[in-house]
Amino acid sequence: MSAQTNPDNPPRAPTDIPARAGAGLKPEHVAEILSTNAPIAFFEVHAENYMGAGGAPHHRLEAIRRDYPVSLHGVGLSIGGEQSLDRVHLQRLADLNRRYEPGLFSEHLAWSTHDTTYFNDLLPVPYDAATLGRVCDHIDEVQEVVGRRMLLENPSTYVAFAQSTMSELDFLSEITRRTGCGLLLDVNNVYVSCTNHMRSAEDYLAGFPMEAVGEIHLGGHAPDVDDTGRPLLIDAHDRAVDNAVWALYERLILAHGPLPTLVEWDSDIPAWPVLLAEAQAADNILARVHPSGIRHAG
Amino acid sequence: MASNPFSDTVDGNAFGAALLDPERPAPAGLVGPDGKHAPKRFNVYRNNVIVSLRDALADSFPAIKTLLGEDYFNALARAFVLAHPPTSPVLIWYGGKFPDFVEAFPPLAAYPYLADVARVEWAWLQAYHAADAKPLDPAELGALPPDAIGGACFAKHPAAWVLSSDWPVWDLLRVNRFEPGTDIVIDLATPQSVLVSRPELDVELMMLRPGADVFLQALFNGETLGEAAFHAQQHSADFSLSDSLSDCLSNGVFEQLIVNQTD
Repeated sequence: MSAQTNPDNPPRAPTDIPARAGAGLKPEHVAEILSTNAPIAFFEVHAENYMGAGGAPHHRLEAIRRDYPVSLHGVGLSIGGEQSLDRVHLQRLADLNRRYEPGLFSEHLAWSTHDTTYFNDLLPVPYDAATLGRVCDHIDEVQEVVGRRMLLENPSTYVAFAQSTMSELDFLSEITRRTGCGLLLDVNNVYVSCTNHMRSAEDYLAGFPMEAVGEIHLGGHAPDVDDTGRPLLIDAHDRAVDNAVWALYERLILAHGPLPTLVEWDSDIPAWPVLLAEAQAADNILARVHPSGIRHAG
Repeated sequence: MASNPFSDTVDGNAFGAALLDPERPAPAGLVGPDGKHAPKRFNVYRNNVIVSLRDALADSFPAIKTLLGEDYFNALARAFVLAHPPTSPVLIWYGGKFPDFVEAFPPLAAYPYLADVARVEWAWLQAYHAADAKPLDPAELGALPPDAIGGACFAKHPAAWVLSSDWPVWDLLRVNRFEPGTDIVIDLATPQSVLVSRPELDVELMMLRPGADVFLQALFNGETLGEAAFHAQQHSADFSLSDSLSDCLSNGVFEQLIVNQTD
């Protein structure tokens, strides 16, 4: 598919994101990425960082978009919130989709706004019928306003809700069935949540609705301990991907075929070659699977 | 709506109120894998909220952080976050109330210059994200007939800001942000006013000449060039119209020239 839909736009790389590895875009890496023609399949940006009117952020992203497909990842829509979605914010997301023509667009199964306060964290939701209905309504609204299918990311969580009546897997599967949205499978989140809730990550992934997955996330986590001294992993994105997460990812790709895979590193950000090497490690795993002949959902 | 911290059902009111109030117990319906109350697990969320917003403020106000030191800045930022949490998910707009908060923060009453340093940093951030606009070509002004120049007005460039201060904000910002290691002695008795502008992609910060702040503020308020120059001269005998105008034009302070019909 050609990306060139708006004649006012400069020439651009294709829109579609291949089943290869990409990296989260950080402003401090952009000059080196462009000057070295970095060998990487795509970049992902956090939508909220590009909601200013103009200036250097948009200039950098336009330059990246000329050379690479981009995926747009929202972190602040509060799809799991109790109140209506912020229509102004949703329109900003729609505008960014139009402007940058990202190949993938994703948000989180989480809430971050309540009443008038934005908490700037991906907060957990109870898995019950009322929340399911609300989340599905919100996703319907997003897909209608933005005019495209979205991917919903599975969360990393530190607590469970006593009031939950469904498993996370049933909750996610039912969302995709009702709304037609896709899923962004964050394998680090799976490992973090399963460790934190003393479940098997292998079992979780075996039950994941892979037919809905359009993208995979990998990232680093930080170790801590909970109230009783059990391991508690924090989804910090402040270091390299853990070996246990690599192992889960490799098994998943070998079993289900290649999928666009994004390495996230958002805190204690390393030099560009370090992040590129992480993405290349994912690419090496993807390259071991022949892309044709293996079914995967787009 | 009242929230019962002992209920097994946790809603956004209960969760949100506990996030921003360290004195409140973690909601009882949030549990660990053993099904038991898990306050330490809940504190991960509390910590994420405070630390991520504190870091956002540190990114936006680096000179304030340098001036106060990391520990003091962190305590101040935490107090600000609890008093004024963001109301938008777009964090590049978070912190507009921080300068006034700094000014009114009792423990910092002995450092009255901090608020103006914070105001310049906020203006810098606004300029960085402001809409792109081509600055006025100085030749347009030069092409005016001489008798029309005094009646000319200007439309402000979207990235231009003027800050008049009783404190040496220019020197404080150079030493604590833009030129770290610069060997200058800061004289707190020297008032300085600054211009923040962004003619292209890079934000420029310059110290304004005497009276130029009054001149620019008047032009931004819609006064004619002649009126603005008159006010600036009244305010400061050292005001130089040609130098100040030349500074403004070369820093892209105006977007458009508005020529008024002379009577």
